[in-house]
Amino acid sequence: MPQLDFANPLVLSQVLWMLVIFGALYVLVTKVALPPVAQVLADREAAIAADLEAARKLKEEADAALAEQERAAARARAEAQAAIREATEAAKAEAAKAQAALNARLSAELAAAEQRIAEAKAKALSAIRSIAAEAAAEATAKLTGLAPDPAAVVAAVDSALAARQEG
Amino acid sequence: MAAEGKTIDALSQFALSEVAAGFANSNLYMLIAGVAISSLMVLGMRRRERVPGRLQSLAEVSYQFVHNMVDEQVGHEGRRFFPFVFTLFMFVLFGNMLGMLPYAFTFTSHIAVTFTLALVVFILVTAVAIALHGAKFFGYFLPEGAPLWLAPIIIPIEVISYLSRVVSLSVRLFANMVAGHVMLKVFATFVVLLGSLGGIGLIGAAAPLALNIALVGFEFLVAFLQAYVFAILTCIYLHDAVHLH
Repeated sequence: MPQLDFANPLVLSQVLWMLVIFGALYVLVTKVALPPVAQVLADREAAIAADLEAARKLKEEADAALAEQERAAARARAEAQAAIREATEAAKAEAAKAQAALNARLSAELAAAEQRIAEAKAKALSAIRSIAAEAAAEATAKLTGLAPDPAAVVAAVDSALAARQEG
Repeated sequence: MAAEGKTIDALSQFALSEVAAGFANSNLYMLIAGVAISSLMVLGMRRRERVPGRLQSLAEVSYQFVHNMVDEQVGHEGRRFFPFVFTLFMFVLFGNMLGMLPYAFTFTSHIAVTFTLALVVFILVTAVAIALHGAKFFGYFLPEGAPLWLAPIIIPIEVISYLSRVVSLSVRLFANMVAGHVMLKVFATFVVLLGSLGGIGLIGAAAPLALNIALVGFEFLVAFLQAYVFAILTCIYLHDAVHLH
């Protein structure tokens, strides 16, 4: 086995050369190779952390804006509902007023009409009285041949009319 | 070639040869590994992009892989050992991986090489432990709460197990790399020997060829795993040195 042939001077010299090569590699790796990697990794980590921080901040801003927008929407909705309620109430009041006015007018007209009817009725009644008295006087004159006392006829008609109206 | 003489010579691949005065072929591959590691890190990090390209990703992944390993095994105090563990891991990993190239020399298949690396780790770990804990370090060999009359038995056992770290660390890597390469070469020789028979031999050669293909994949796994094991055991020893149990 060549590895165990320690009589070969190359076995020793390869070890000595290895120490030289390994030592040089160690120095090279420590001084030249590793620092940039550490730098790049640190930079990247910092950049990612900064990006995450910025994203977090933006999200916070967006959340705040969303909340503000929702608040504004709620406020607008409340305002709109208040306006609708107000308008409805105003319209109702208006309608009630109009209704009252109409009622008043109608009742006034009704009263006037009733009064006219009563007047007409009275007029008609008084006309009936004279016609009835005349008719009664004529009927009496025809039946009895006597001219009745007009005042008595009128009194009789009046009492008869009063009796009918009561009956 | 191993098959030329119709015999199986699986060990010739480990033979050292001189490239220049005292500079062996294994040293050449150490140099290649060193240059490859430096190139990966330096070229990969040339642009220092925030979104890394392929080579930069590879450099960063190797950095983070070893960094996490040191962080998890040694803890926060292990930070200053990170460059050492990184160099060690990459050196062994590239040595193992370069060994998978055809005609390449696998320097981690030499016990002298792995033993020296293990010795470097051992000396570092012991030096760190003594520097941090002074004489208290020697209490390491007599665990707290152990009855004093057992000391004559426990102390030698602890000392031997402490010293055997060097052996186990170096032999594990060396044996794994040698065994894999020997198997690869033996089955490759079978393929050549059976193939030269013609006819039935060609059919027979298919089996070792298939086996070799599977072995190559397996060997890549072993190459990575052994580098990982070497580095993580170094981290565990460093943890022991920093925290003393």
